[in-house]
Amino acid sequence: MVDLTQNYFELFELPVSCQPDQQLLARQYRALQRTVHPDRFAADSERQQRLSVQYAAFVNEAFHTLKQPLARAVYLLRLAGREVDMERNTVMDAQFLMAQMELRDEVSELKAQANPEADLERLIKLVDDDNTAYFNQFEQHWQAQELEQAETIVRKMQFMVKLAAELAQLESKLLDDQPLNDE
Amino acid sequence: MALLQISEPGQTPEPHQLKRAVGIDLGTTNSLIATVRSGIAETLPDTDGEHILPSVVHYGEQRVQVGFSARAAALDDPQNTIISVKRMMGRGLDDVKALGGLLPYQLVNGVGMAQIQTRQGGVSPVEVSAAILRSLASRAQETLGGDLDGAVITVPAYFDDAQRQATKDAARLAGLKVYRLLNEPTAAAVAYGLDQGREGVVAVYDLGGGTFDISILRLEKGVFEVLATGGDTTLGGDDMDHLVARWMLQQAGMDESAIDASHQRIAMVEACRAKEALTSEAQVDVCLGSWCGILTRTQFEQLVAPLIDRTVRAFKRVIRDAGLKVSDIDEVVMVGGSTRVPRVREQVESFVSKKPLTSIDPDRVVAVGAALQANVLAGNKSAGDMLLLDVIPLSLGLETMGGLMEKVIHRNTTIPVSRAQEFTTYKDGQTAMVIHVYQGERELIKDNRSLARFELRGIPPMPAGGAKVRVTFQVDADGLLSVGAEELSTGVKSSIQVKPSYGLGDAEITRMLQDSFAHAGDDRDARTLREQQVEADRVTEALAAALAKDGQSLLSEQEYTILSADLEALRKCRATADAKVIAAEIDRIGKSTEVFAARRMNQGIRRALSGQKVDDLEKF
Repeated sequence: MVDLTQNYFELFELPVSCQPDQQLLARQYRALQRTVHPDRFAADSERQQRLSVQYAAFVNEAFHTLKQPLARAVYLLRLAGREVDMERNTVMDAQFLMAQMELRDEVSELKAQANPEADLERLIKLVDDDNTAYFNQFEQHWQAQELEQAETIVRKMQFMVKLAAELAQLESKLLDDQPLNDE
Repeated sequence: MALLQISEPGQTPEPHQLKRAVGIDLGTTNSLIATVRSGIAETLPDTDGEHILPSVVHYGEQRVQVGFSARAAALDDPQNTIISVKRMMGRGLDDVKALGGLLPYQLVNGVGMAQIQTRQGGVSPVEVSAAILRSLASRAQETLGGDLDGAVITVPAYFDDAQRQATKDAARLAGLKVYRLLNEPTAAAVAYGLDQGREGVVAVYDLGGGTFDISILRLEKGVFEVLATGGDTTLGGDDMDHLVARWMLQQAGMDESAIDASHQRIAMVEACRAKEALTSEAQVDVCLGSWCGILTRTQFEQLVAPLIDRTVRAFKRVIRDAGLKVSDIDEVVMVGGSTRVPRVREQVESFVSKKPLTSIDPDRVVAVGAALQANVLAGNKSAGDMLLLDVIPLSLGLETMGGLMEKVIHRNTTIPVSRAQEFTTYKDGQTAMVIHVYQGERELIKDNRSLARFELRGIPPMPAGGAKVRVTFQVDADGLLSVGAEELSTGVKSSIQVKPSYGLGDAEITRMLQDSFAHAGDDRDARTLREQQVEADRVTEALAAALAKDGQSLLSEQEYTILSADLEALRKCRATADAKVIAAEIDRIGKSTEVFAARRMNQGIRRALSGQKVDDLEKF
């Protein structure tokens, strides 16, 4: 009977914000896990252990949502009554799509290179910086309660996060000494 | 600060008798059992003073032997002597065969997993592991003077769901209450961390007999947070032995595939001896049949170089997964007998540019860490600030259209975790949905490991895409998965405790339990009754403590009266000596205390945070 309606910010007793104090969040998280984690109930009844698993899972989910920028942005929109359906296709502005295509071309070229490390690192940093910039834009729209614009930014962040994951995978393949183009 | 001391829910406030809690390192080559006595965690020796129990089980004409005596039988009777059974846990016949190397057994397809044919019939890896656990448990019972209350059993961090479940099944078969399956590197970190109050980023490099694990943890104020874990469950000292054995066979002009099981085992034993000698010698004389030769350390290092390289690559990858750089690693802890190989230490040292920590015996460190955690979990020691936050090693997901893997929970996610994903039907009028659960990182399900498959039936006919099915994955603190599915418009539900494709069903476990009792002259009914009584005691003790502490503040007078009566009823019921009646009563009381339990958790949460705030204030 975890109170699943409880808002993640309330759970950690933090003000609703785009930039919650990450240090305080981590501290509150640990204090909560020290209380609800199944390790506290290992010698208890099975029912109590199951209850504790539910609480601990809820606290973990809340923590990771508030920790990661994209998840936090989606969650803030949900709190504002705007459910972001990531599966739905929406029309993105042409400028963004062009930039995306250029980035994707660069990634493809990367795969053909003999020594892609330097370029890979540069791209990873680029995507990272873009993400930070988008999150700042999101914050401005969110504070102005321009939810539709905020949602558009969230979708752009989604693209970038996917690209970042792809780059991470490429990096991982490099570590495995596998050829990059074995799809 | 006395006013602010609040004991945790679930912990009995009044002093109580110490529980007999143990930590067990169930290893590929050797196993150990440890416990905390007078505040010190130590491994327990057998009557001959040996701490290590070789993980070897011999199925003889008359009896089953475990340990040194079994290992002695390995050369004469290899087909009935099971070694390195850990590598077969939770694996199907094809997987076991793919382990390759020199396995001398006759393997057959058993129910749920591969079986080994012995003169006592087919035995599953779970049964073999249970025999090892039983032997360790009886050693601890003799030392501690009574039945064990619970155990923490360690598993490689990289063990998947099937391998974990198989380990838990083995414990159940051995009659052990498992407090927790603990990841081996985390256990080692606990042993070092608690021992020396370390802080910072610690890497645990764990190269055992048959498995390799690498974990990165952040240690801060008693919290052991696993940032990432990786490894290889089919890489270890055994593989070094295989390579050396193969080399010797080649040198001796023998055909590896043509020699019999007994000679294979002799080659492996000689290879292992050579490896161990080379940790301190520059070269060693080796003999195989009529052939004798010399193996130098340099030659040995060339032979095993590819294996060590694989571990370093895994190390690199896990550092990246943790979002760190090599220079962020403050310490490296070496665990597992294979880290005695000098080349392994040298290569790790040159990779991280730091001298690895080896002050705790690498063979014992995991068991010691497990014992420390068992002591806390049993409630013997106030947990204080210690908290272990572990992760799942491999992603969990579902098969979607086109044989693709849709990941629901990604690897290195902190557990416990519960996550839901919604899916829809793809055909008009579709009334059932097959939920096929996989574990692994690849995009195509065929490259991942199938965990379980079940069906959600009774979906009302709707156009394609009309039905909405929510599939919920929950992973508990042991890293074990359960999956539920629900159609949202109608509420049609289906759920399973994931029984891995290569696992044992409840029926098989019951049969094995019966077999083992027949063997031990034990009575299954008596055992079931004992188990229910223990659970009843657990519930009684916890409820009494909860009522004493929070009954007045969190319950109305009427609620308090009802729960007090329930407590009394359970105490009386325990004496009925009827397992079914006791189980039903435990269940009834569980339901009736649900609200109280939730209120106590919520109170715990509020107090945890207000305690935090006071701490903050004190800093100023």
